[in-house]
Amino acid sequence: MERKEWPLWEVFVRSRNGLDHKHCGSVHAPDAKLALQVARDVYTRRQEGVSIWVVEASNIVASDPDAKPELFDPAEDKIYRHPTFYQLPDKVNHM
Amino acid sequence: MLLDDKSVYLMRLGDNALVLSQRLSEWCGKGPAFEEDMALTNTALDLIGQARMWLSYAGEVEGRGRDEDALAFRRDAHEFTNLLLVEQPNGDYAHTLVRQFFFDVWHHLTLDALTRSADDRIADIASKAIKEVAYHLRRSSDLVVRLGDGSAESRRRMQDAVDALWMFTGEMFKADETEELLGAQGLACDPSTLKDAWLAMVREVFDEATLTVPAGEWMQKGGKQGRHGEHLGLLLAEMQFLQRAYPNASW
Repeated sequence: MERKEWPLWEVFVRSRNGLDHKHCGSVHAPDAKLALQVARDVYTRRQEGVSIWVVEASNIVASDPDAKPELFDPAEDKIYRHPTFYQLPDKVNHM
Repeated sequence: MLLDDKSVYLMRLGDNALVLSQRLSEWCGKGPAFEEDMALTNTALDLIGQARMWLSYAGEVEGRGRDEDALAFRRDAHEFTNLLLVEQPNGDYAHTLVRQFFFDVWHHLTLDALTRSADDRIADIASKAIKEVAYHLRRSSDLVVRLGDGSAESRRRMQDAVDALWMFTGEMFKADETEELLGAQGLACDPSTLKDAWLAMVREVFDEATLTVPAGEWMQKGGKQGRHGEHLGLLLAEMQFLQRAYPNASW
């Protein structure tokens, strides 16, 4: 009998008082429904009021580590690109 | 004597959870996949927590100074009052799942009724336990469908397990005097009132799982009265060994 290999799922959890989902690990599961259950058992210990996202790993596109220079460096030496470079009038609150 | 009836009833609830938890823990490290292993042991831990609450309360009501440990480790098989269903051996994964599913449906219905118990403490324990059991039930019904409606082999194994365990389901709905008495007083759940709802739920899941509800009418009974099969004695021998060898050891 052939055993079906379970795909990999990445797990993102928003903790009870958290504002955003954070990547916390991965699980293997045959489908999304079971991936959620497993993630809940492994990563949340069933605390109430948390939210879980599972994403099949094959759906995630990552940036290329070798392309780091052209992706991220240009921002570093152009301080006028940063909002903090500009003086705001006092009338503008909460920026 | 009402107190006696109440402690008997509480002990039954505790024994069901305790014995099934012990069975499930036998799967630890042997599950068909790491994730299933986790889920089964999680369920075992939920049930042991529930067993502790029921047995502690049973010991208090009984008033003979027996705490949860004394009730779990110092009673013999003929003093255990669990349903015969939960002491059945794990068998293959299908047997474990079908046993779990049959019990989860009954357990959820029972706890739902107990959340409305006239006894506050029973209602409290039931309210805590039903959250866990809702999860157990969702999992077991989901897996029954997956494996029933899975491959030819998984379907055959599931139907075999259903046929083998069916005769242990009738006991769940056979009320005795204790249950009738406490049920009439709004303290406990008279199990005979659950049968139709239980069957409806089982049929619904089996339809989706392409499994057949057995026609067998003959049912085993006796667990609640302390008459068990040969399996329970072996289970207890393993579970109670340390406390029997070193009585009153603190741990």
